Amino acid sequence: MKRRTFLNLAIVSGLAGTASALLYPVLRYLLPPEEAEAEPETVKAGPEKDFAPGSSKILKFGRKPVIVIRDLAGGFHALSATCTHLDCIVQYRKDRDLVWCACHNGNYDLSGKNVSGPPPRPLDRFEVKLVGSEVTVLRAA
Amino acid sequence: MSALKDAALSWLEERLPLRSAMEFASHKRVPVHRGDVFYYAGGVCMFLFLLQVATGILLLMYYRVGSDASYESVRYISAKVPFGWLMRSVHSWGANLMVLFIFIHMFSVYFMKAFRKPRELTWLTGCGLLGLAMALGFSGYLLPWNELAFFATKVGTDILGQVPLVGHWLLRLVRGGDEVTGATLSRFFGLHVAVLPALTALGIGAHLLLVQVQGMAHEHEARRTMPFFPDFLVRDVALWLLVLNLVGVLAVFFPWEVGRKADALGSAPAGIKPEWYFLAQYQFLKLLPGRVGMVPGELLGIVALNGVGVWWLLTPFWDAAVPERRRDAVVRWAGLGAITLLTVMTVWGHLS
Ligand code: FES
Repeated sequence: MKRRTFLNLAIVSGLAGTASALLYPVLRYLLPPEEAEAEPETVKAGPEKDFAPGSSKILKFGRKPVIVIRDLAGGFHALSATCTHLDCIVQYRKDRDLVWCACHNGNYDLSGKNVSGPPPRPLDRFEVKLVGSEVTVLRAA
Repeated sequence: MSALKDAALSWLEERLPLRSAMEFASHKRVPVHRGDVFYYAGGVCMFLFLLQVATGILLLMYYRVGSDASYESVRYISAKVPFGWLMRSVHSWGANLMVLFIFIHMFSVYFMKAFRKPRELTWLTGCGLLGLAMALGFSGYLLPWNELAFFATKVGTDILGQVPLVGHWLLRLVRGGDEVTGATLSRFFGLHVAVLPALTALGIGAHLLLVQVQGMAHEHEARRTMPFFPDFLVRDVALWLLVLNLVGVLAVFFPWEVGRKADALGSAPAGIKPEWYFLAQYQFLKLLPGRVGMVPGELLGIVALNGVGVWWLLTPFWDAAVPERRRDAVVRWAGLGAITLLTVMTVWGHLS
């Protein structure tokens, strides 16, 4: 190897080493630490009388929003409220008795199945139980 | 008095080559022709950027960042601070007009074919500046922390999450976590007031330097020219004043609303839409079905949109590859096609 080639190589690798030694901590700094997700098994949604048929409520299940729906026939449903398309929060449409996402007009039925519009996947389902007169949402088994 | 002025001037002259700069400026000429009104569009973009910097600094005096402070501080600026509503409205309208004028400038450069050799780098820096302006618009949009901003940011950043392999990583980098929260707000704030403006200022510097080095396109074909200084500059400044008035009128008669505060447990409101300069992409994403064969629709859409962007960015290079006699026609039709598509999708997105 020529002396010049060797020196060039040494300089370039030295610079590359310095650059990565500087960049690595910066990149790691920019990525926030992963938070351990608090994973509750159940969440209370409130007394049954608060849910008139054709109404809904969004609550936090751990860090995720969950929508609890009482349909027009009086049945309860709980679904992940995060649209599977691009992350908007869905809403219950009483007039059509289905779940609707306003962002790009996505529709799901009350079992969470994506029925029309851009959503690619169904909404995750949760279980609803009445404990006494308290509506309780449980992680689906 | 004039003795004093002379003394001051010669003191300066000994330290700064003022006279040669003036001498240099006096030789710069601008071609005069039918399309020359479009030469002013670029200057207007720069003027609007300066206006954004000025009103942005003023807004910083009261703005506070945080999911429990941002919305409240913007309300305070709009409702309590004397002329606060004006500063905020001018900043919002200025941003929209800046993007609009960048589009006008870009398309006029395109149709005048001023991107051709040796001006490829000017085109590329210009495209970079458009990207920066859109990033400034997107990051600034979140800062009032209202409902619309919250969902616009959720959707916009979720798109990043769709990128294969590094998507999740990118998403966390931009959001400062898995969800759009106060951490996202802090990041966007930093980007909006420090990183992006600094990059934009550098970009404008490079862009102007390139324009200066290469001179105006078609300068030699033009039969008439006018001196840049003072003739062209005076017209420039007169137009800037007009634009300032336009921004003022818009800000006074159509003040920007503060909206409802973002709520992580609120549904996206009916009729939610992005800013007009994202409407075409938005409409396109809305049209795609959930899946196309095996691939998720939105991934396909994002790939297609990026493809179009890259094709536009590379205009000077594919243009050079087209046989000479067909080149002008190809450029014209491609440009008209792009404008038509953009307009149709934007209007459709607005109406639907
Ligand atoms: S985010 Fe729900 S339809 Fe696009």
